[in-house]
Amino acid sequence: MTIEKTKADGLVDGTTDHPVGAPPRISNAPSARFTSAAANYIDERTSISAVVKEFGRKIFPDHWSFMLGEVALYSFVVIILTGTFLTFFFQASMAPVVYDGSFVPLKGVEMSSAMSSTLNISFEIRGGLLVRQIHHWAALLFIASIGLHMLRIYFTGAFRKPRELNWVIGFVLFILALAEGFTGYSLPDDLLSGNGLRIIDGMVKGVPFAGSWLSFLIFGGEFPGEEIVGRLYTLHILLLPAIIVALIALHLVFVVVHKHTQYAGPGKTNDNVIGYPVLPVYAAKAGGFFFIVFGIIALIASFFTINPIWNYGPYDPSPVSAGTQPDWYIGFADGALRLIPPHLESVIWGHTYSWNILIPITVLGLFILTVLIYPFIEGWVTGDKREHHILDRPRNAPTRTAIGAAGVTFYAALWSAASSDILATHFQLSIESVIHAIQAAVIIGPVIAYFVAKRVCLALQKKDREMALHGFESGRIVRLPGGEYIEVHQDVDEYERWKLVSFHEYKPLMIRPNAKGKITAPQRLRAGMSKWFFEDRIAPVTRTDLERQKSHH
Amino acid sequence: MARTSRKANRRHPLATVVLIAIGLAFTGGGYALFSSTATADTSTATSQATVEEGSKLFAANCATCHGMNLEGTTAGPSLLGVGAASVDFQVGTGRMPLAMQGPQAMQKPPQFTEEQTAALSAYVASLSPGPSIPTDSQLTENGNATNGGELFRINCAMCHNVAGAGGALTEGKFAPELTGVESKYIYEAMLTGPQNMPVFNDHNITPEDKRDIITYLKYIQNNPSPGGFELGNLGPVAEGLFIWIFGIGAVVALTVWLTAKSN
Repeated sequence: MTIEKTKADGLVDGTTDHPVGAPPRISNAPSARFTSAAANYIDERTSISAVVKEFGRKIFPDHWSFMLGEVALYSFVVIILTGTFLTFFFQASMAPVVYDGSFVPLKGVEMSSAMSSTLNISFEIRGGLLVRQIHHWAALLFIASIGLHMLRIYFTGAFRKPRELNWVIGFVLFILALAEGFTGYSLPDDLLSGNGLRIIDGMVKGVPFAGSWLSFLIFGGEFPGEEIVGRLYTLHILLLPAIIVALIALHLVFVVVHKHTQYAGPGKTNDNVIGYPVLPVYAAKAGGFFFIVFGIIALIASFFTINPIWNYGPYDPSPVSAGTQPDWYIGFADGALRLIPPHLESVIWGHTYSWNILIPITVLGLFILTVLIYPFIEGWVTGDKREHHILDRPRNAPTRTAIGAAGVTFYAALWSAASSDILATHFQLSIESVIHAIQAAVIIGPVIAYFVAKRVCLALQKKDREMALHGFESGRIVRLPGGEYIEVHQDVDEYERWKLVSFHEYKPLMIRPNAKGKITAPQRLRAGMSKWFFEDRIAPVTRTDLERQKSHH
Repeated sequence: MARTSRKANRRHPLATVVLIAIGLAFTGGGYALFSSTATADTSTATSQATVEEGSKLFAANCATCHGMNLEGTTAGPSLLGVGAASVDFQVGTGRMPLAMQGPQAMQKPPQFTEEQTAALSAYVASLSPGPSIPTDSQLTENGNATNGGELFRINCAMCHNVAGAGGALTEGKFAPELTGVESKYIYEAMLTGPQNMPVFNDHNITPEDKRDIITYLKYIQNNPSPGGFELGNLGPVAEGLFIWIFGIGAVVALTVWLTAKSN
């Protein structure tokens, strides 16, 4: 374990336990001589030792949940590697060709070059199908791990100052990943993805006034046209990856600048980071972990079919298969469209307003916006301008955790709606009941989740307080001389207690008049929000509490 | 000599042959005549017996809902004109008799033997004409899978899913999975439109096209997915569930392992 010290403002203090700038000991072994000579050669020309010294001594704390972002990064690397291979063989063209490959049930069918070349990648190119499957499975894992990573950041309060901007960057990365996923899913021009594009076309056409023009602009004429695959390809392999790579770089630079957060623990303060240095421990661990992630994806891809386009056949606007769904990460949007009651349309002065499209788009847009700016909302409510490098345990921020639980429930309900038909067939339910139940869940579910999560958090905090003050029930029953039986409570040790008591207690803000002596509406709102956040709270155990408890015994 | 010759002349040398030929012709012809009548008689007799047996089975098991004369009741539709194919499908796959009223007749182990099913089919077909059970020549699986696949995607996939994995319909009804269904039943289903399925008669989808569709379904059933396990052919929902449970599950387990403190 190494401690990296920082000043309160986040600048590096420069003191390290093991200085690495000491002159290297030259060993006489030929390989060591070569290594040091080569290192010297490079350093004299690039001055890279300063970077290695600084970066190699970066400290990263150890916790399993801190590795979820790494999983996302590694899946992205896998996606880039396999995607490059696929571009060698994929033809992003909708020019019609007659399929003449080895998949019998499609022989002689007219299809686009995109579909035909994807089939050729699957059946004619050596290893092509495996690479395609690795690419697609890695994409699913990429977005799933981003989701999990974001949940970790949210529930531990890692988005607080100074990391608000990095939250925004990360969330934009998530949205870009969705766009990458959707554009990639649409490229093979098979029946399933064509239906997905048709939904997008419908949503675009639902935009008042401009809808039809926008649709014709995007598809280069009437849907499906002959342009869309080429256009999506440019987005998928050029524009979106370039932005994602740039933002990932920025995201990581910020991690280095801010340093990693850590959980409260003995010796861990807001001004230090305790963990292992990048070199050699973390570099080795992370490098190994890359191969582990790659291995898992490759294993899944070798054994499990994904996106069997040969079953779906080429896109044709007339058929729509039962069980047509988007990939999981677009499911919440598809679910929203499935849940909105039908026939919500009005015609005003000759213009049709499709509320059944506009309402879901607006609700999802607001949801996404709220998540994007949440750090700023919470910062404004708490009025806390200090830096936070120690993570919250979710229970110690009950309202935030409850809001998170409500958001997760809302998302999960929408998400499950995308599989309403599968739920109906596999649980022998009627699809209408499934839809109505999920419609109710979207609205009531988050409210229930909010209150349950908040009460559970407060209860856990009470339990922590009880443990810190009175210790835990040891299970040892003692009979006192008077005949009374008591269970002996055993004090938690100092390390445990530290974890239980070290959190900050916020109190509702008082409304104060401004310089002109007025109480403004934003002030009232802020005080109201603050009351909502912090009215119900359990105070952390203080030193005085502990001492009083000790003397009491 | 003369006597010998007279004797010889009394019967032509070929007379025996002719006699035998005539005898054979009579016997053979008579036998043929007899036997053919016999066959005809037995078949009518069998068919009559079958229909009668079918009638009894129908009265005991079906008439409560479908009426004594197939006229239908409030509990079940009329069976006039449904034909032998329909009965063979419904009874042969165990859908009929119903175990209970529900959104749709559920498939279950057939209640009747093949002979009993044939008897019921014969009885229902005897009262009014309708589509008959397809012959073996209509059910060969060596049609054109490409054409079958295209027809399947256009006509069937919206309910049965592109890979025949089945799908949901309204009010708890559903289009069943087609994997493992006998060719005969697939053909009969297209011909008669059981439950909520539309009828695809021979003008709509010709017998050759029906054979192609069956060929396609059998092709995807008998050739395992080139990509590995199919996850039920349920598409992205199954894939998403899989990555969240097994992909993320494995990854999280490994992160816990990697950051575990050494003892």
